[in-house]
Amino acid sequence: MSEDKYRYVGQSVAREDGPEKATGAARYTHDLSFAGMLHAAILKSPHASAKIVRIDTTKAQAVPGVRAVLTGGALTYRLGIYLRDKQILANGIVRYQGEAVAAVAAETLDAARKAVSLIEVEYAPRPAVLDARQAMKKDAPLVHADLGSYDFMKGVFAPQPGTNIAHHQKIRAGNLEEGFRGSDLVHEASFMTAPVQHVPLETHAVIAQALPGGRTEVWTSSQSPYMVRHLLALTFGLPHQAIRVHVPYVGGGFGGKAGLHLEPLAIVLSRAAGGRPVKVVATREEEFNTLPSRQGLHSTIKIGVTQDGSIQALQATYVWDAGAYADYGVNVGRAAAYSGAGPYAIPHCAIDSYVVYTNKVFGTAYRGFGHLEVLWAVERAIDQVAHKLGMDPYEFRMKNLLKAGDRTITGETVTPGHGRPDLCLEAAAKEIGWGTQSVPSSDPRKVRGKGLACLHKAPAMPTYTSCSAIIKLDEDGGADVLVSGVDYGQGTYTTLRQIAAEELKIQIERVHVINDCDTAFTPYDWQTVASRFSFMGGNAVIEAAKDCLHQLKATAALALKVRPDEIDFQDGFALVATEPLRRVPYKDLALGYTFQNGSSVGGPVIGHGRYIATGLTHLDLATGQGRPAQFWTYGAHAVEIEVDTETGEVEVLKVATALDAGKVLNPLQCRGQVVGGVVQGLGSALWEGFLFSEDGRLQNGSFTDYKIPTSKDVPHEIVPIFIESPQPDGPYGARGLAEHPMISIPSAVGNALYNALKIDFDSIPITAERIQQGIAARSRA
Amino acid sequence: MSLHPIRLTVNGKPEEATVPAGMTLLEFLRERLFLTGAKEGCGAGECGACTVLLDGNPVTSCLVLAVEAAGREVRTVEGEAQEGDLSALQRAFIEEGAIQCGFCTPGMILSARALLTRNPDPTAAEIVEAIAGNLCRCTGYEAIVAAIHRAAKEERSRQ
Repeated sequence: MSEDKYRYVGQSVAREDGPEKATGAARYTHDLSFAGMLHAAILKSPHASAKIVRIDTTKAQAVPGVRAVLTGGALTYRLGIYLRDKQILANGIVRYQGEAVAAVAAETLDAARKAVSLIEVEYAPRPAVLDARQAMKKDAPLVHADLGSYDFMKGVFAPQPGTNIAHHQKIRAGNLEEGFRGSDLVHEASFMTAPVQHVPLETHAVIAQALPGGRTEVWTSSQSPYMVRHLLALTFGLPHQAIRVHVPYVGGGFGGKAGLHLEPLAIVLSRAAGGRPVKVVATREEEFNTLPSRQGLHSTIKIGVTQDGSIQALQATYVWDAGAYADYGVNVGRAAAYSGAGPYAIPHCAIDSYVVYTNKVFGTAYRGFGHLEVLWAVERAIDQVAHKLGMDPYEFRMKNLLKAGDRTITGETVTPGHGRPDLCLEAAAKEIGWGTQSVPSSDPRKVRGKGLACLHKAPAMPTYTSCSAIIKLDEDGGADVLVSGVDYGQGTYTTLRQIAAEELKIQIERVHVINDCDTAFTPYDWQTVASRFSFMGGNAVIEAAKDCLHQLKATAALALKVRPDEIDFQDGFALVATEPLRRVPYKDLALGYTFQNGSSVGGPVIGHGRYIATGLTHLDLATGQGRPAQFWTYGAHAVEIEVDTETGEVEVLKVATALDAGKVLNPLQCRGQVVGGVVQGLGSALWEGFLFSEDGRLQNGSFTDYKIPTSKDVPHEIVPIFIESPQPDGPYGARGLAEHPMISIPSAVGNALYNALKIDFDSIPITAERIQQGIAARSRA
Repeated sequence: MSLHPIRLTVNGKPEEATVPAGMTLLEFLRERLFLTGAKEGCGAGECGACTVLLDGNPVTSCLVLAVEAAGREVRTVEGEAQEGDLSALQRAFIEEGAIQCGFCTPGMILSARALLTRNPDPTAAEIVEAIAGNLCRCTGYEAIVAAIHRAAKEERSRQ
């Protein structure tokens, strides 16, 4: 890591909220309760696709303690972030098993649950479509017959009424036919990724109170205080000032708590219950089966290369299994398309990314935002092409990785400030001793293999995404930092604290980043997703700190009787640059300076900083050309695995993950993101995936049947490596990296399994069962 | 539902209450004593977020009835810090980066406390085993194992 000229930036500072979290004092939405608060329970659809013929809530209404019973018929709101296709409760038809059909608010959770069990619903099952490729066919049943009437973000998305296609993202670069004509070898393959769940340990939870006079107050376990407020305002036709959103500590998000979820339901229940606060907490089953997941993906990919290993053309079709709603999923299909050729220079490229409705639990943002899925296909296919060419997959990648001067498939010219994918690949490969075979296991049943995979990702966000920060200097010369991005574990508040202390030139112990966002007080931020909070929030905090110093300078100049440009800052003092002993502490300036005779100047120092994405454009709907990325973060993984040829179980011996961080702002927190992300990626690679019955019911919506990695499932060794090629517009040169460690982990594992077994796995999760079947099929062949 | 008087010790203090037969120990701790450190992550004993110590042994309190705790000693994460001073375990969790979102942390700390009480010098494998019932989605466990190691060492050196 680079030599540091900084006092705090670049240091391993521990979390400020550690003591609260380690003692149980930290309050999450789950832990909150208010006087008069009601508890809610939800009735879910048992069918994947059905007409609601009749709902009778008479018996539910009669349960003692019940204060409100709601069904979808009473609610006509349409909601969603990019495409407003959702409803608060199913209205007329249900589109997936697990969809919320009715809800009850009662004095106790027991009463609410009892009432829900007494609601009678008569369903008339309708044909369901469960496979996204089937759903694209002309005669497929329509999941949203009224798609043409939905509002959506114009100029960015292209829903196709009369079909199940919620969005079709096209990327067209060069001339595909020419590219394939100029190729010596053309390789085609298909791949699948299963839908998975985010599994935050704190399930979605919200408390809402609809106050008399039209104001509404919300406490929610969310990544997006301002987006929740904005979408609630749109949904209910309220002015933004009428809604106040609080976000206390959040027990994990991973994308699943971006956008709008249970908040509208809590509000309509509160309205129906005469303005009592209503708490809605998802059960774990609802977290799996009612709240959204990661979309499934079916990929077909065709790559043309010359004999010497230069990629000429890439064609890919990505068919996303959006599930029953695609309000957020359309943007996953868009973002993954512009990253859908991997971090390679490809002159001729055509990508078609279809986000397709099916009658299954729906998809949303999940750490990596579609990139793990498309790069599962790309990075496996890259290895397959290398093998066909007889080239080392490392050399093949090196030859084709993007470098300064190349053009991306959306027409962006790569600059030195973009970062260095080649250095990432080199460092990761070196760390696992790429080029030498694994030392064989002493157990003859076990074979070992090594695999590589590259990755890239840019924040997927609107072109105008912005955020802001406020810094208030306190009476004692310390500082409070106010932002509305949420630190739901990733550590950004600690990073912002370091940046504020660095810029203000005060001790870090004297800086506090306010941990509970509140749209009434903390300033605007779009939402906390896409690995852009340290980047954008960091830039906003730098500007806010500079604003504080500017104000301090003016007051200090009056106090010290010099010109403002003669003032410098050091360790909490404003001083005369040429005479450092003439100085005044911040505490005597923070609220204004008082001379000995009592007369005063200046006033409270409150700094304001802001940042807005710059230079981004919408992608042309016909060609996908444009500038979608504020910055790219490149990386590579190298893994070594051991597979038990009898049981099919995989043990991960080592993972080396190299990311071009631009600048590591906090090594401890960055390491935490890498280790946590790698293990989450291994979940997707080896174990996690939804299983559906033939009639579309989720079969494994509990921890009994859906296993996430435990302490026993982690690699023997994870080695994070950070390359630091500065990002010119990043804070101290930094880029975001929180999602990236997870992306391409399945690809690297799949490539290592090929190396070990010479079996090509095309679907994730690569369960022990699939590996056993693969080995059995190979020995039959 | 029938009501039952219970007496028990929670974090060293005597408690007396009358609880419904079906009330879980987790509900009793969170709703009656406002000890919200123990979390509900699944309500089915699978995730370990509700782990507390019952007579020194880790239990998933969502599966234990409050009446079953009668006459026994319960320890929650709120009883880990002594007179406001963080324990070696708590400090190690903070300093090693073993906490991200923090929702699993109370349960993790109690599973670790139970381990260190019966085995002050655990191997890495013993630590991994002791927290295998506590799910964490953020950290990848590495820093948690390191923190427990560090705390064990520190606590041994103080004895």
